[in-house]
Amino acid sequence: MKRFPGFLLPALILVGLLTVSSSVYKVGESEQVIITQFGEPVGTPVLRPGLHVKVPFIQTANYFDKRFLEWSGEATQMPTKDKRFIWVDSYARWRISDPLKFFQRLRDEHGADSRLDDILDGETRTAVARYDLVEVVRSSNRSAESIPIASEEETEILTPIEKGRRAITEEILKRASERASDLGIELMDYRMKRINYVDEVQKDVCARMIAERKRIAERFRSEGEGEAARIRGERERDLKQIQSEAYRTAQELRGKADASATQIYADAYNRDAAFYTFMKSLETYEQTLDESSTFILTTDSELFRYLKKTP
Amino acid sequence: MNRSPFEERPPFGESIDEYINRLRNVRFRGKSFLRLAGVLLILILLFGSFYQIQPEQVGVVLQFGRFSRTTEPGLRFKIPIVESVIKVPVQRQLKQEFGFRTIETSGLRSEYSDRAYLEESSMLTGDLNVAVVEWIVQYRVSDPYLYLFKVRNVEDTFRFMNEAVVREVVGDRTVTEVLTVGRQEIETTVQQRLQELCNQYQSGITVDQVVLQNVNPPDPVKPSWDEVNQAQQQKDRLINEARAEYNQVVPRAKGEAQQTILQAEGFALDRVNRAQGDGTRFKALHDAYRRAPEVTRKRMYLETMQQILPRVGGKLILDEGAKGVMPLLPLENLQKTISTGAGRKEVTP
Repeated sequence: MKRFPGFLLPALILVGLLTVSSSVYKVGESEQVIITQFGEPVGTPVLRPGLHVKVPFIQTANYFDKRFLEWSGEATQMPTKDKRFIWVDSYARWRISDPLKFFQRLRDEHGADSRLDDILDGETRTAVARYDLVEVVRSSNRSAESIPIASEEETEILTPIEKGRRAITEEILKRASERASDLGIELMDYRMKRINYVDEVQKDVCARMIAERKRIAERFRSEGEGEAARIRGERERDLKQIQSEAYRTAQELRGKADASATQIYADAYNRDAAFYTFMKSLETYEQTLDESSTFILTTDSELFRYLKKTP
Repeated sequence: MNRSPFEERPPFGESIDEYINRLRNVRFRGKSFLRLAGVLLILILLFGSFYQIQPEQVGVVLQFGRFSRTTEPGLRFKIPIVESVIKVPVQRQLKQEFGFRTIETSGLRSEYSDRAYLEESSMLTGDLNVAVVEWIVQYRVSDPYLYLFKVRNVEDTFRFMNEAVVREVVGDRTVTEVLTVGRQEIETTVQQRLQELCNQYQSGITVDQVVLQNVNPPDPVKPSWDEVNQAQQQKDRLINEARAEYNQVVPRAKGEAQQTILQAEGFALDRVNRAQGDGTRFKALHDAYRRAPEVTRKRMYLETMQQILPRVGGKLILDEGAKGVMPLLPLENLQKTISTGAGRKEVTP
C-alpha cells in the first residue's frame, strides 16, 4: 500500500499532460485549421492564429496553409491557331479559400495540385489553340513612335494584335476559376512563365533571322557603296564647277581688259591716224631690220639724194 | 542519485539508526538535485527570454504562433515558451540570377557555371524572333510580416514572377530593340511591373534593381549579327574614303581656281595700264609733233635710218639712172647673206 501512490502520481501527470496537449492546439500565423470528429468536420474553420481548445482525443485538428500557394505547370507542347508548335510553361497562385470544402473535395494539397494540373493545362491548351502565336507573345500595341529605331534600315514593325497575352491569361484565369470555385480554391493569378518554339520551329526561326540579318547587311553594304559613289560624283561636279567658274571669270576679266585697252588706244590714236601709222612703222623698222637684211637703195631716195648733188 | 529512496532496502547487519541516517543523507542529496534542476530551469527561462537581433535584421515575435510585434536590432526580451522569434534580414540585399549562375565569388573574379540556362533565358520577341536574355534582380524584404505569412515559397514565386514579367516586356519589343537600344527601357519597365506584381501578391518584397546581363541572339544567328556590324563598318569606311578623296581634290581645285582668276586680274591690269601708258605717250608726242609736223616727221625718219643702217648686213646704193645694171651685179655675196638671214626685207620710204 505504501508504494501505490508513488506509482500513481507520474501516471496521473502523464494522463493530464496528454489530455492538455490533445485539447489545446496552436494555430500559426500562416495556418488554418478544421476540427474533425472521427473524420467528420465539426464547427467552423479556425482562422485566428494562437492557442485554441478542442475536445481531447475524439477531435483532430487538420492544418491547412492560409498563404498564397504556388502552382507550377509542366512545360507542355501545344499548337497555336496559326499552327505553330510552342512550349508553354505557366504558373499560378492560389489559396485555400474555403478549407471545409477543400477538405471535403480534395483532402490535401496533393489532390489540389493534380486537379489544378487538369484544369489549368486544359484551359491553357484551349486558349492557346484559339489564338495566333503573336497574340500569346505580345501584350500590347505599342505606337510606332514609342519604338526606338536602332538605325533607319530596320523595317520590321510589330504587327498589331487584337487581344494580347494579358487578355488571354486573364481569360484562362477566369475560366479556370469558375471550374475551381467549388473546390474551395481561389485562383489569384495565372501567368505564362515561358513560351518557346519547339526545336524544328526554332531552327526555321533562326534561318529566317539569319536571312533577315543578311538582307540588312547587304543593304548596309550597298548603301555604303551608293553613298560613296554619290560623293565621288559630287567631287567630280564640284571640281568641274570650280574650274569652269574660274575660267569664265578669268576670261571675262581678260575680255573687259582687252575692250578697255582697245578703247584707250582708239581714243588716243584717232587724234591723228596718219601720224600714228608713220610712227608705228618707224618703230617696226627699228625692231625688225637686222644684219640679215639687205638694202638696195637708189640715189633718189630721201636719204641718199645728197650723194649725187647738193641742194 | 538515480536511485529513489523508496527502493532502498535495509541491508543485513545494518542497524535501524544507521539506515535512517543513510536515508536522511539520500533525502538531502535529493533536495540538492531538485535545487540544481530549479537553477537549470531558471537559466533556461532566462536564456529563452533574451535574444539578439543583428543590425541587418528585424525580429518577428509570435505568441503561440500568432503575430505579436516586430523588434528592432539589439538585445530584446520575450516571454519564454509563450513567444518565439523569427529573424528576417530586411537590410540585406538579395540577388537572383536568370540564365546563368555564379558558382563562386572569391576575390575579384567571379566564376560562372558553364551550363547555359537556356530554358530560363531563351524567349520570344514581339516580332516572333528569339533572343537570349540574361538578367539579375536585386531585392530586399521590406515587409517581414507579408514575407513570412502571406506567400509560401516566396523565392520560387519571385523567380516565376521574374520570368513571366521579363517575357511579357520582351514580348512587346522587336528583336533589334531588345538586343541594342532598348535595354535600359526594358530594365526600368521590368522593374516597375515586377514591383507592381510583388505588391499585388503581397510578397513583402521591394525590387531594388533589374539589370540585364548578356543579351544575345541565339547561337546559330550570332555570326549574321556580327556580319551586320561588319557591313555597317564597311559602309562607314566606304563613305569616309569617298569623303577623303573629295577633300583631297576639291580644296586644291578651289585654290587653283583662285589662282586662275588672280592671274586674269593681273593680265587685265597689265593690259589696261599699258594701253593707258601708250595712249598718254602718243598724246604727248602728238602734241609736240603738231607744232612742227614737217620737220619732226623728217627728223624721226632720219633718226630711225641712222639706227637701222649700221646694223643692216648688205647695203647697195644705185644711181637712179643705172637701173639697167641690176642683173650684172655680183649678187652672190648678197644672195649668201640673204639665204642665211631670216628673210629679205626691203624698205622703200
